Amino acid sequence: MSVGPTIVIIGGGQAGLQAAWALREQKFSGRIVLVGEEASLPYQRPPLSKGCIEGSQSTDDLLLRPPRFFSDHDIEVRTGERIVSIDPVERRAISASGSTIPYDHLVLATGSRNRLLNVDGGRLEGVHYLRSIEDAAAVRHRLLKTNRLVIIGGGFIGLEVAAVARKMGVQTTIVDVAQRLMARAVSSLTSEYFHDLHVGSGVTIRYQTGIRTIVGEQGAVTGALLDNGELLEADQVLVGIGAVPNIELAQNAGVDVNDGIVVDEFLTASDPNISAIGDCARFPFGGGLARFESVQNAVDQGRAIGAKLAGRQKPYAAVPWFWSDQGSSKLQIAGYASDHDEVLLSGELRDGLFSVFCFRRGVLVGVESVNRPLDHIAARRMLQSGNRVTTAQLLESRFDLKTLLSRIGNRAAGAGA
Amino acid sequence: MPVITLVHHDGRRDALDVPPGTSIMHAAIAAGIDGIVGECGGSAMCATCHVYVAEGKMDQLPPVDAVEDAMLDSTACERKPESRLSCQLRVTEEFDGLVLFLPEQQV
Repeated sequence: MSVGPTIVIIGGGQAGLQAAWALREQKFSGRIVLVGEEASLPYQRPPLSKGCIEGSQSTDDLLLRPPRFFSDHDIEVRTGERIVSIDPVERRAISASGSTIPYDHLVLATGSRNRLLNVDGGRLEGVHYLRSIEDAAAVRHRLLKTNRLVIIGGGFIGLEVAAVARKMGVQTTIVDVAQRLMARAVSSLTSEYFHDLHVGSGVTIRYQTGIRTIVGEQGAVTGALLDNGELLEADQVLVGIGAVPNIELAQNAGVDVNDGIVVDEFLTASDPNISAIGDCARFPFGGGLARFESVQNAVDQGRAIGAKLAGRQKPYAAVPWFWSDQGSSKLQIAGYASDHDEVLLSGELRDGLFSVFCFRRGVLVGVESVNRPLDHIAARRMLQSGNRVTTAQLLESRFDLKTLLSRIGNRAAGAGA
Repeated sequence: MPVITLVHHDGRRDALDVPPGTSIMHAAIAAGIDGIVGECGGSAMCATCHVYVAEGKMDQLPPVDAVEDAMLDSTACERKPESRLSCQLRVTEEFDGLVLFLPEQQV
């Protein structure tokens, strides 16, 4: 039986689960209620756009923790329950079924949802989005019968699915409004490599054009009409044009939002009894505010909340990292480099083995590695060390990251003595 | 089915029947073993499924590759010669009887 305050976590994804787990690891003895809208217990999403489409991984096999975990840790988990409002004065959450859950502290781990393509034909049969187990099952089910797939959006989800679709022999076209793939997330060198990779495996790519309408016959999709007038025939369309954070519960409760629930360095929202973590949280990062949609962000922020609510709070300062598997190539990103102004390339694009080191004003801010996991691991450690790594240092090291890392590490140890 | 024994830091033991082809990390999570975290889902990216292999058994396991070797430098508890990432240990019949010790913490 729980003793002490009640913490209610809204959102049964990886962040919400991690927060609940971390609280128990930190010996929090109060009541924990984890409320999730989806029917399933918390599960891994990354395989949904990879193995689950290909069929090499079963959607039955994705649970982050087995059912007994929740009873073992005295975590009240409520699946299939949607919270419709929060009363921040009375401190309670109200569910769609009308039940009221009182809280002492509320953790919003509400995640994000797919950005919708607002064009005619968007609801035709055969038009898919990808976020949940059900979505992945539907995409795969249809893909097995599809000859021509059009993917709208050349981001991580679209490209991962494109690679699988080609492997399954499906004719695949990607349409992107930007000039290059993953334009907001990676350097142009990395975009260039993945362009060549996907085109080399038979994918067609149309840049700098949007979708005018999705066309169909008898309720089912038959193609996509582009802004440039071109008609792409398709028996399946996958829309992967990004996500929007689920902020409405917070917003309606008067909590500050700005493309995310705005939190401070302790992940506390404008209401001190509310925290936000994971995809939905906009937190202080690199002198501004940032919001990340990734496993690392969900896990590290969930863990930080556990420590904070158990009385061991410290500013959140994790180094972001991310990965994407596209065909035979594994892209790994350490740090956050969207506003870099200089890059150094180690290795060769044509070999499919390289790392792009991204700098802002001469200081390393992010590293994109393709099939170079050792670089990725070293990069994470360099960025985590908190020491500034300059272009000059990296060039001088001739990209011998291990040696550079030990020099940086020694300097850090020396500074502390 | 091969039986793998996990020894928790406090000495508790759990014996798992692991179907061949399954990673020990996956089997441990499915069995509700808290001492294995596996936050990256088996991509060798997080080093939170660290185990120590019982004395004298290292030689009987598939070798550590370069990625696992680098990740093992990032474990929360001390890396020892008998350290492995359990996501990289895919069980075969030869694993039957293997004993693995869990570190005090994974993060």
